[in-house]
Amino acid sequence: MGNQADRWLLTPIRGLGRVPLSVISNMGRMGIFLVQALFFTFAPPLKFFRLLKQIKFIGFDSLLVIVLTGAFTGMVLGFQGFYTLSRVGSTALLGPMVALALLRELGPVMAALMVTGRAGSAVTAELGIMRITEQIDALEILGLSPFRYLVVPNLLAALICLPLLTAIFNVIGILGGYLIGCKLLGVNGGTYFGSMSDYMGMKDVLIGLYKSICFGGIIAWVCCHKGYTAGFGAEGVSKATTQAVVLSSVLILVCDYLLTSVLF
Amino acid sequence: MITIDNLHKSFGGVEVLRGASLEIQDGEVVALIGPSGEGKSVLLKHVAGLMRPDSGRIVFNGKDIFGLGHAELMSLRSRFGFLFQNGALFDSLTVFDNVAFPLREKTRLGEKDIREKVLAELKQVGLTGAEDKYPSQLSGGMAKRAALARALVGSPQIMLFDEPTTGLDPIIVHSIHALIASTHKRFGFSGIVVSHAIPGIFAYVQKVAVLYGGVIRFVGTPKEIFETDDVVVRNFIQGSLPAETFPSREQAPPQSKANELQERAL
Repeated sequence: MGNQADRWLLTPIRGLGRVPLSVISNMGRMGIFLVQALFFTFAPPLKFFRLLKQIKFIGFDSLLVIVLTGAFTGMVLGFQGFYTLSRVGSTALLGPMVALALLRELGPVMAALMVTGRAGSAVTAELGIMRITEQIDALEILGLSPFRYLVVPNLLAALICLPLLTAIFNVIGILGGYLIGCKLLGVNGGTYFGSMSDYMGMKDVLIGLYKSICFGGIIAWVCCHKGYTAGFGAEGVSKATTQAVVLSSVLILVCDYLLTSVLF
Repeated sequence: MITIDNLHKSFGGVEVLRGASLEIQDGEVVALIGPSGEGKSVLLKHVAGLMRPDSGRIVFNGKDIFGLGHAELMSLRSRFGFLFQNGALFDSLTVFDNVAFPLREKTRLGEKDIREKVLAELKQVGLTGAEDKYPSQLSGGMAKRAALARALVGSPQIMLFDEPTTGLDPIIVHSIHALIASTHKRFGFSGIVVSHAIPGIFAYVQKVAVLYGGVIRFVGTPKEIFETDDVVVRNFIQGSLPAETFPSREQAPPQSKANELQERAL
């Protein structure tokens, strides 16, 4: 009776510790994974053709979704910015407002979220399937490092592609804002573009660049780790893919806040 | 020589290996048999260095493989060939590229030499004409053969086979066994074959080891396993063979059909 009461009392208390312990051990595993990935990134040889393939997959193949989301984000900013600025009679500042919002904040974050959904999830699924079908073990048996073949190309490709995709997102977004602000709502085109250079500096461009590089690293790190450590069967891969997208997205937003507060 | 010494491994509190020990001499092929779920594949993956034990050692040529650094382990693995249960062919590469992969990555051979070597290997395993196919276009037997060609193309010193005939029809099973036997003659590798294909597997192995309860319960020649007094091993073998193949010792006539079948298998 006493033992049973102990069990009823102690089990929930023990359970309380299980969650933080699991979180901490997962963080530790992810940290070790990152260190290994960085080690192989700087240890030659680099698998150049695999890197090119991943640049095409993560970068070029994401162009359509980046252009579409960039255009619509810019157009929404055009409407909302015009509405807000017209209340204080400053519609001439629509250009800098759209550009600043995109370059400093929306461009890097939106592009990163889009790449997470399109390419990050696919990378996780690919590595997960390779894990459950023992293809990763096969690489190891051949005396080849799976990190060099599978993780490093994804990491480098994401670090290269994210800033470029973000730049494209920003340009398309600014053009979208121009389309709505100038062509639809009647803001002067010269003012739209001209005032940008008055209110923006290199720092704004660099903040966006730093963010996009960090987000690229986060996407590759999280998505590769989740795929590499996927559980058994189709369920394991599906779980890993969901976790990769959710964790990447959350980390992107957390990192965005931290970088914004540091680089403000 | 490979020495598996007192290997222990648990998964989530369940102890799968409880002190498994086994020795494999140079050029010797050992059949590792035992009931499903006993940890045969786990033991095989330890030998390949794909898993780390909770305790115990695997000594290869005098060195404990779990004490090796990353570079040494990678170099050691180049001497291993592993035939995975499902082949584990790289599904984004053709059969040719799969077999050529170790040569392209681990040797300095030119593309012409690689082509010659790969085509010769594919011919050996009976896959001439299938070099441009992708793994998804292959049957189970063809995938196993392609995986065997990839494992053998680097002329490994140690070959590990994880259930090479599971899920295949009897004719393909026979041909895979014949293929392993002929490649063993050709390369002279040492090896472990995890299999349930009893008694077919006994035709070409030098030793049989039975993994039961997390330990190696029996080690002996294929002939000795039929004569063992160990009831557990006898029951397992009886369960694996048709009833008339292995009658109880008391009932066995001197020249029974069972003996014929056993002799054929040996």
